[in-house]
Amino acid sequence: MGIITDMFAYEFMINAFAAAGIVAVVSGLTGYFLVMRAQTFAGHALSHIGFAGATGAGLIGLAPLWGLVGFTLAAGIAMGLLSERLSNRDVAIGVVLALALGFGLLFLHYHTAFATQATALLFGNVLAVDHAMIATLAGLGLVTLLGLAAIMRPLIFASLQPELAEAKGVPLRFVSTVFLAIVALAVSACAQIVGVLLVFTLMVGPAAAAQRITTGLWAGLAVAAALALAEAWLGIVIAYYTDWPVSFCIAALSALGYFAALLWPANTQRQHSHTHAH
Amino acid sequence: MSVVALDRVSLRLGGRAVLDDVSFSIEPGEFIGVLGPNGSGKTTLMRAILGLLPPARGTLRVFGRAPERGDAAIGYLPQVRTVLPDLRVRGLDFIGASLNGHRWGLPSLSPAERDAIDATLASIGAQHLAQRPLSEMSGGERQRLLLAQALIGNPKLLLLDEPLISLDARHQEVAIDAVRKVCRERGITVLFSAHELNQLLGTLDRVLYLGNGQAVLGTVDDVVTAPVLSRLYGTDIHVVRTDGHIFVMARGLDVERVHHVHDHGHEHGHHH
Repeated sequence: MGIITDMFAYEFMINAFAAAGIVAVVSGLTGYFLVMRAQTFAGHALSHIGFAGATGAGLIGLAPLWGLVGFTLAAGIAMGLLSERLSNRDVAIGVVLALALGFGLLFLHYHTAFATQATALLFGNVLAVDHAMIATLAGLGLVTLLGLAAIMRPLIFASLQPELAEAKGVPLRFVSTVFLAIVALAVSACAQIVGVLLVFTLMVGPAAAAQRITTGLWAGLAVAAALALAEAWLGIVIAYYTDWPVSFCIAALSALGYFAALLWPANTQRQHSHTHAH
Repeated sequence: MSVVALDRVSLRLGGRAVLDDVSFSIEPGEFIGVLGPNGSGKTTLMRAILGLLPPARGTLRVFGRAPERGDAAIGYLPQVRTVLPDLRVRGLDFIGASLNGHRWGLPSLSPAERDAIDATLASIGAQHLAQRPLSEMSGGERQRLLLAQALIGNPKLLLLDEPLISLDARHQEVAIDAVRKVCRERGITVLFSAHELNQLLGTLDRVLYLGNGQAVLGTVDDVVTAPVLSRLYGTDIHVVRTDGHIFVMARGLDVERVHHVHDHGHEHGHHH
């Protein structure tokens, strides 16, 4: 037991567990809807756009987190408003995210003192989280979860059956825009832990695995949150004992969880439904 | 009072007049087969009835008033365009999300709503779909799930947009029988769009044939004739009646079959 309790002698470890815990639950739940809506790429793009925001904020002397929040929020809302024109435009989103990364590099170029923070932005630095950051993450997380709870029913309806939802009076564009704004906040929080390049590990990996192994809505959400939490915390523990980067450990566990879910006992009805698929 | 009444209505879509100066009215309890070539306006007409597309000209009345988005008295089965192949949401949650789906907040099902879902699924022989994930349903099973969903909540008007697509022959019959039975019992008015007239012959009261911006509503004997269809298709059409079947031919080709084959290939592209 001593080996385990050992970790908690350090305040930075306690902070890391707290911050990663908050972010994992928020990411897992938000990610579940990203996967359901097949918008994971949009989530990925938002985090890259956030990189430009974070470095830009550094350039003008603001905290990187608020640059991240500002840019992802603006980009999320813009994507939502353009959603009809942007739907399935992976190329357009890809070009914009590459441009955003390019701008991030440019901002770094003019603010060389900030360059040491670039690695932390790209790959996260959960071991450097302080109390103020935990409070901020808790606030971001709370807003994200309240937002999700408020729009959840029409969001699911609009995701599963947009044509019918429109006919029943669901404001599709509004729901989609609010959702991407929520994703933007979750991405900003997530990037503090695993970095902008690795938000997939907590937002998509656990949620996609949860969708593979559950069929009920609430079960899926619970498994997504629990998996994200387990992967984040276990990642920190492994990092503590191996001295490997935390984000690597979380990324490895996320991939492991996803591929293990793919091997989940295939449903016997699969064969049956294929013979009927005609 | 007519359930649906069009008075000199024009419907435009992206500058194109899909229906131009069309008038007809549908009475309570009627089962209307909606037919016509691709792009003749079957879906557009339904969207107008749902209040999603205001007429460019003329007056459209549904239950005697201007159509209103989200009218609970209308059940709708859209022609399925959105296919999310990896979705493992089970049928119960899929339908559950659509009940009161316009309301904000967390999704929840009351015991009464759950019973309504179970009863409706059972009425079309699809109770096993409640627990099956969407990703493991065949196209036909998905259609049946959507049909059940459209029937929940006691609609007075049912708009079914190509509900037979991707159903095999046996399930097409099951679906038609289920719709007929439920709708006759409850006096529901039905607009049922399809590519194949013959399967609906024993069921429909009147046929609404669309084409060339026009619409003709009447009995099969009045509407499915060479002169009327030639006008709607804009080409020389022959109508051959044999043995209780009607074949609509253009230059020796069966018009319905040509469309059917086309649509079938389309579906395949989406599903696989």
